[in-house]
Amino acid sequence: MADAEKPRTPLLDELEKGPWPSFVTEMKKAAAKKGSAADLLRQLERSYENKRGHWKHGGIVGVKGYGGGVIGRYSDSPEEFPNVAEFHTFRINQPSGWFYTTEALRKLCDVWEKYGSGLTNFHGATGDIILLGAPTANLQPCFDELSDAGFDLGGSGSALRTPSACCGPARCEFACFDTLDLCHELTMAFQDQLHRPMWPYKFKIKISGCGNDCVAAVGRADFSVIGTWRDTIQIDQEAVQEYAGAGMDIRAVCEGCPTKAITWDEQKRQLSVNADECVRCMHCINQMPKALRPGRERGAAILVGGKAPIVHSPLMSWVIVPFIKVEPPYTEIKELLLKIWEWWDENAKTRERLGELIIRKGMRNFLKAVGLKPVPQMVHHPRANPFYFWDPEEVDLPKQALPEEVTS
Amino acid sequence: MPRTDIGPPKYSEMLPPVIKKNYGRWKYHEIPRPGVLKHVSESGDVLYSIRVGSPRLLSIDFLREICDLADKYSGGYLRFTSRHNVEFLVSEEDNVESLLAELEQRGLPVGGTGNSISNIVHTQGWVHCHTPATDASGIVKVVMDDLYEHFTHMDLPAKLRIALACCINMCGAVHCSDIAIVGVHRKPPKIDHDLFPKVSEIPTVVASCPTGAIKPVPKLKSVEVNEERCMYCGNCYTMSAAMQIIDPKTDGVAIFVGGKVSNARSGPMFSRLAIPYLPNNPPRWPEVAEAVRNLVQVWAKHARKGERMGEWINRIGWERFFKLTGIPFTEKHIDDFNYAMPTFRTTVNFKW
Ligand code: HEM
Ligand code: HEM
Ligand code: SF4
Ligand code: SF4
Ligand code: SF4
Ligand code: SF4
Repeated sequence: MADAEKPRTPLLDELEKGPWPSFVTEMKKAAAKKGSAADLLRQLERSYENKRGHWKHGGIVGVKGYGGGVIGRYSDSPEEFPNVAEFHTFRINQPSGWFYTTEALRKLCDVWEKYGSGLTNFHGATGDIILLGAPTANLQPCFDELSDAGFDLGGSGSALRTPSACCGPARCEFACFDTLDLCHELTMAFQDQLHRPMWPYKFKIKISGCGNDCVAAVGRADFSVIGTWRDTIQIDQEAVQEYAGAGMDIRAVCEGCPTKAITWDEQKRQLSVNADECVRCMHCINQMPKALRPGRERGAAILVGGKAPIVHSPLMSWVIVPFIKVEPPYTEIKELLLKIWEWWDENAKTRERLGELIIRKGMRNFLKAVGLKPVPQMVHHPRANPFYFWDPEEVDLPKQALPEEVTS
Repeated sequence: MPRTDIGPPKYSEMLPPVIKKNYGRWKYHEIPRPGVLKHVSESGDVLYSIRVGSPRLLSIDFLREICDLADKYSGGYLRFTSRHNVEFLVSEEDNVESLLAELEQRGLPVGGTGNSISNIVHTQGWVHCHTPATDASGIVKVVMDDLYEHFTHMDLPAKLRIALACCINMCGAVHCSDIAIVGVHRKPPKIDHDLFPKVSEIPTVVASCPTGAIKPVPKLKSVEVNEERCMYCGNCYTMSAAMQIIDPKTDGVAIFVGGKVSNARSGPMFSRLAIPYLPNNPPRWPEVAEAVRNLVQVWAKHARKGERMGEWINRIGWERFFKLTGIPFTEKHIDDFNYAMPTFRTTVNFKW
C-alpha cells in the first residue's frame, strides 16, 4: 500500500511502545492488506481523539438457517470510514479446551483473509473464536467456506451461548471428570438452543474440572459444572517427604487449609487428611501436586444462577447438586438442563437471567420445578426469619400421611 | 449448500499424540521456570507447555506466525488459555530451549504461570462495541506494559488476575477478579425525542430500567427519566438508541478489587469498589496505570505468601485496606443498590 494511504495514528502509535505485544501493531499488519482494517484503525484513532466509540447501536444480520452467531456492526461515520460502514462479527464455536492443529487454524486464516478484515480475537470472553469485521455481502459465502473448513457458528442473542471448558484431562492432573467431552457433547446436543434464539435472555454453560475453576464458571455461567470428589484425598507420603526435603514448608501449607483438615506430623513426617473435615478446596493439592491428588470417587457439583451485573446485580452461581457422577452420555445433566430451561422460559420476564428469576420466585419453587431435594450443602446457613411457606397439602394432611421429612 | 449445525471441530482431533496417549493420566506438574509447565504422566511421558502472552486482538499474520512456530517446535499443535494466552504443547524436551529463544527474539513474552499476573481478560471497547464507556485494548496494553515484570517473573505473593470490561455489562468474569477495571458512565441518558418513536417501544424501555426511573410521555410518543433515580447503567440505551448514555466528557473508569473464582483456601468472592472514578485519558491512561500499580505494590508488600488480594484484605480488614492504599473512602463505597444490607457492619469489632 502506498504511504499516502497509510492511516495516520499518532495517538495509537503511543500504544506500540512498551514491552507487551501491541494490538495496534496487529491492526497495522491487517491494515497493510485490507481497506477495512485500515479504516478500523482510522476510526479507532478518532475514538482516541474524542474519547468515545463510533459504532452504531446494533443491527440485525445473519446467515441462512441461523438466528444468531453473527453480530451486526455499523460505523456511525460511514462517509469518513466507508470500509467499515458494515463491519460484522462472526462468533465461531471453538473446539473444547481451545486446542488446535495448525492445519485447522491456517484454514480459518485463509477463509478470513478472503472475506474479512484479517482481524480476530483469540478468544472472545464467552469462549468463541471472534472474526472481527466483514461486510454484509460476504457473510453467507464466508460462512459457507467456514463450514466446509469444519467450523460452525457460536451463540448470540437470547440463546444458549457457546459452552466452554477448561483443558481438563487433556493437560491437567486435577480434572475430576472429562470436561472436554462434556462440553462437546452438550454443545452437540443443544445445537438448536445455541443457533436459534427463543428464550427470555442468554444462557451460559461453563465447565471446570476442579475447584480452581479456570474458566470462571461460578462467576459468569447460568449453569456451572465444577469438578469435585466424595472420598478422601490420595496421599503419596514419599512424595511429601520429597517436597519437605526440597525445602517446602509443609506446616505452612497445612495452615492454609480453611478447615484445618490437613495436618503434618513433624516427628513421624507424615501428612494426614481428615476426610470428614476436608471441603475439597484444592489448596493443598495445588501446593503439592506430586504428593496429593483428588480422591477416587470423582464427579462434579452443579451450580446455577451466575451472571454479570445487568440487570439487578452480579451473582455467583449457587449449589443445587453437590455431587453427581459425570459419565457419557450425560443423560442426567442434559435432562436437568431441559427442566431448568422449561421453568425459566415459562416464568422469566424479558432479559431476566436464571439467577434473577430464582431470586424473584424463590429457590424453593425452583428446586421443586426441577425436582431436586433440599440438602444442607445448598446453603451457607439456614434462614434467620420465620417467614416460610407451607403447601396446603402439607398442613391439612392427616398425621399418618405426612411426608417423611415433616414427621421425622 | 453449506452444512448447518455441524458443531465445533471435535476436540479429540486437535490433540497432540502425547496428550491422546496420556489423556486423563497426568500425574503431576512442575513449573521449571516462569511460563513453562512440565506435566508428567503415569506412563512417564512428559509434556511441556510454553505459555505466551498475546494482545488477544490478533491479525491472521500473528496466527500464521504462531502456526509456523508450532509446526517447527510442537508438532503442529497449540492451544489458547481461558485468559487469551497461547500455549505451545511441546513433547520433545530439546525443543523447549530453542522455542524459548525464538520467542524471545520475536519479542513474545513468556510467563503467566504460578504466582504471577496472567494475561488480562478483556472486552471490545472502542474497537468493536456500541456501549463502551472506555476503551479495552488500550488500557490493557498500558497495564501489562507496567506490570510486565510480574508476568515474566513469579515474584508476587499469589496469583494476580486482572480483568477489564468497558461498560458495566461486564462481559467476562470481571466482577470476580483481584483487580477489575470497569468503564462507567456518570450521567443519565440524553433522550432524543425525535428519534425515540422511530426506534423504540415505550413499554420495553420503561420496563428495562432497574430503578423504575423511566416514565412514558405519551404526548411526545417518548419517555422521560427521573434523573435522581438513574444510576447510569445504560440498560435503557440497550433498548433504545434514542437513550444515549455515552458522554465523552464524563465517562471514565472505576476499579474494583479483591474478587476471585477459585475455591482454594477461601471461596469465590466478588470484587468490591475501591476507586469510583478515574478519567479517560487516552492513549495511555496514566491515572489508571498508576492506581493499578499502587494496588499491586501495596498488596505485594503487605500480603503473606499465598494470599490473594481478597484474602489479604479480608485478613487486615477494609478499613486498613483504605489506609494502606491511601484511597479515600467515600459515600460511593457504601452500597445502596439491591443487595446492600449484608455489606453493612453489625459488630463493634473494627480497626483504625
Ligand atoms: C427491544 C429491542 C431490543 C432488545 C430487547 C434488545 C436486547 C438485547 C440484549 C438483552 C442484548 C444482550 C446481549 C446478548 O444477550 O447477547 C442485546 C445485544 C445486542 N443487540 Fe439488542 N436489543 C434490542 C434492540 C436491538 C436493535 C434494534 C439492534 C440493532 C439494530 C440490536 C442489536 C444488538 C446487538 C448487535 C447485540 C449484540 C449481539 C449479541 O451478542 O447478541 N438490539 N440486545
Ligand atoms: C444488556 C445488555 C448487553 C448488551 C447490549 C450487550 C452487547 C454486547 C455486544 C454488542 C457484544 C459484542 C461486542 C462486539 O464484538 O462487537 C457483547 C459481547 C459480549 N457480552 Fe454482552 N451485552 C450485554 C450484556 C452482557 C452481560 C450481562 C454479559 C455477561 C454476563 C455479557 C457478556 C458478553 C460477553 C462475554 C461478550 C463477548 C465479549 C468479548 O469477547 O469481548 N453481555 N455484548
Ligand atoms: S479447573 Fe481444575 S481441572 Fe480444570 S484446568 Fe483448572 S486446575 Fe485443571
Ligand atoms: S483440599 Fe482444602 S480443605 Fe481439603 S485438606 Fe486440602 S486444603 Fe484442606
Ligand atoms: S463490556 Fe460493555 S462495552 Fe464492553 S464489549 Fe461488553 S457490552 Fe460492549
Ligand atoms: S441508565 Fe439505567 S438507571 Fe438510568 S434510566 Fe437508563 S435504565 Fe434506568
